[in-house]
Amino acid sequence: MNALLAQLPVLPVVIPFVAAPLALLTPKGRPTWAFATFVSWLTFIASAALLAHVSSNGAVSYALGDWAPPLGIEYRIDLANGIVLALVSGIAALVFPFAYESVRAEVDEKQTPFFYCALLICMTGLLGVTITGDAFNVFVFLEISSLSTYALVAMGARRDRRALTAAFNYLVMGTIGATLFVIGIGLLYHAVGTLNMADIHVKLAGMDDNRVVQAGFAFIMVGVALKLAMFPMHLWLPNAYAYAPSAVSAFIAATATKVAVYVLVRFFYTVFGYDFDFLANALTYVLLPLGVIGMFAASLVAVFQEDVKRMLAYSSVGQIGYILLGLSLGTEAGVSAALVHVVNHGLMKGALFMAAACVVLRLADSRCRAFHGLARRMPVTTWAFILSGLSLIGVPGTVGFVSKWILLQATFEAGHAWAAFLVVASSLIAVVYIGRIVELMVLREPPSEGPLAKPIREAPLSMLVPMWLLVAANLYFGLRTDFTAGLAVRAAEALMLASGAR
Amino acid sequence: MFDLDFILDRYNYWIVILLMMTGLYIVISRGNLVKKIVGLNIFQTSVFIYYISISKVAGGTAPILIGDYGGGHHDEPHAAEGSVAGETLHAAPAGAPPGEANDLAEALRATPPSGESGVAGLHDAPANPPIVEPSAAAPGFETAPGDAAHGADALLHQAAEIVYSNPLPHVLILTAIVVGVATTAVGLALAVRIREAYGTVEEDELEAADNVAEFGDRAEEAAA
Repeated sequence: MNALLAQLPVLPVVIPFVAAPLALLTPKGRPTWAFATFVSWLTFIASAALLAHVSSNGAVSYALGDWAPPLGIEYRIDLANGIVLALVSGIAALVFPFAYESVRAEVDEKQTPFFYCALLICMTGLLGVTITGDAFNVFVFLEISSLSTYALVAMGARRDRRALTAAFNYLVMGTIGATLFVIGIGLLYHAVGTLNMADIHVKLAGMDDNRVVQAGFAFIMVGVALKLAMFPMHLWLPNAYAYAPSAVSAFIAATATKVAVYVLVRFFYTVFGYDFDFLANALTYVLLPLGVIGMFAASLVAVFQEDVKRMLAYSSVGQIGYILLGLSLGTEAGVSAALVHVVNHGLMKGALFMAAACVVLRLADSRCRAFHGLARRMPVTTWAFILSGLSLIGVPGTVGFVSKWILLQATFEAGHAWAAFLVVASSLIAVVYIGRIVELMVLREPPSEGPLAKPIREAPLSMLVPMWLLVAANLYFGLRTDFTAGLAVRAAEALMLASGAR
Repeated sequence: MFDLDFILDRYNYWIVILLMMTGLYIVISRGNLVKKIVGLNIFQTSVFIYYISISKVAGGTAPILIGDYGGGHHDEPHAAEGSVAGETLHAAPAGAPPGEANDLAEALRATPPSGESGVAGLHDAPANPPIVEPSAAAPGFETAPGDAAHGADALLHQAAEIVYSNPLPHVLILTAIVVGVATTAVGLALAVRIREAYGTVEEDELEAADNVAEFGDRAEEAAA
């Protein structure tokens, strides 16, 4: 048992990675799914144990292959990535059971082993990006997760062939982003001769004015910004989320961009550090304006979307704006606001995309017209959508409120009262686009003729239970703020302390 | 003012930049999906060349063990000697390594990253100077544009009187090449599937087909 505990830090990556090719060998259909679900639960247990361990005992370092860092690859888990690990594996543990019915309807049965294999690899990549303490390793895992995501998005082609072009565009943009990122890593390595994040930070001391380091910083920031769909580099995201199989949308919307945000936080504060002058400029003149513009522009576009999944995708871009705003304040409160919203947005967007997936399952359509009168046809799904929608808006009692409260506090503390005003104003746009769908669902009559008029049942229990677990998490963590917010504040403290802010 | 040598000495960077911009231009300007993938490949290749060119140590040879390494009983003292010799060569500006740095990790960590090595090398010394005959080992080492890893790697083998190029970027870029090949494969597979579904791989025509589908739906809605 002790031997297993010593290897705990590597388990969240190794378990799904080893299981992914095995999933190809299982008989197609239900066995593959059962196996993948079991693996995702194991991974979640490992990640949760890791978070509990880090929360009580402090950061853990694991030398891969027993090669001591900074030479070998180090897995380093502190609170910040412990939280993200738990989020990614937790969402995965809910999406895998959820996926069965949805995948059966949307993906060829022949492809199911490939689907679950790719989803496991995607999860491995995201967890690997989060867990590693080696800069180049981040690139490798980022590409592992991205490549499998391209394939997963393309599997939506059975429902709508536009999934193929969406996947292609995502591939081109994602590869450009990853390549820019790896150029940045190369420049950094050129300057300091090491790849270990903590070691880079040590050796960067006193190199603030070095143009190579500054260029490396810029390349890394733009590369990651492409991956996290920072406005105006978000153009790949709406189509990819809209046309991917619904279970995939739920998974990547809740995790992929969040992990990219985490990479940004990690590079800003652990690698470059607070006393890197260039960082402060980048925060104030790039991240802050783009975050604020993103909040409004993407939310406004969301209001006019015909397709609900596309609307939710644009809303994701807008929500990334809140996270970037928090990050750009460069204060401890700001970073903790960003981390809290990373988790909370994962919870709410996961639940919303799951509700959309239930509708797609029963009506094979995610456009607004499928939502007419849904409250009478699928009341349980409708209420899940409404409650998580309220959370997205930021109604008290939900996690959305907690995020916005902490973000508002951080903006006031940083002296940007105008930004606080803008946060509230853009939340009103969320009221419009969520309210529009709620109005269709609750007040309209179900369609009486056409292909959508058929009588439909409520979504199956295997989808309702994971969805309502997420909705329950939205409400529970909205009332018990000490868990998410408390951990995030501690994580931000540790990050800022290590980066030399105080 | 306009220093031609400064520019010409860095010809490897110019190659990288030229390839990078060519690739990016193809990705942006071409409407054919296969051409886009090719452009993406050229873009990635430029990064490979960048990594490989920064790993080159002047006069250094491929990182393969050459000569008498039989028994392996020489290895330990070699490393220790090497790090000491490296210090004197580099005239260690700060944080001089402990003399008894006889383990590899220690030697690497202790090598001064800044000062004369590292980025200074990038600005003041041509990163890829004409290759010196590797016969004169120590002078060859001195002209190396080494960053910490170059230096450490080279000084490890100093005792064997052979200068090696830094192997780490090679390994990194092997990984990146694998990633690039995988990306190309997925991209071309997608292009094939798009061709099956749409009958074309031209972006304009794809967009037109999607628009028709969209308007078709609108028309259907209006009729309903």
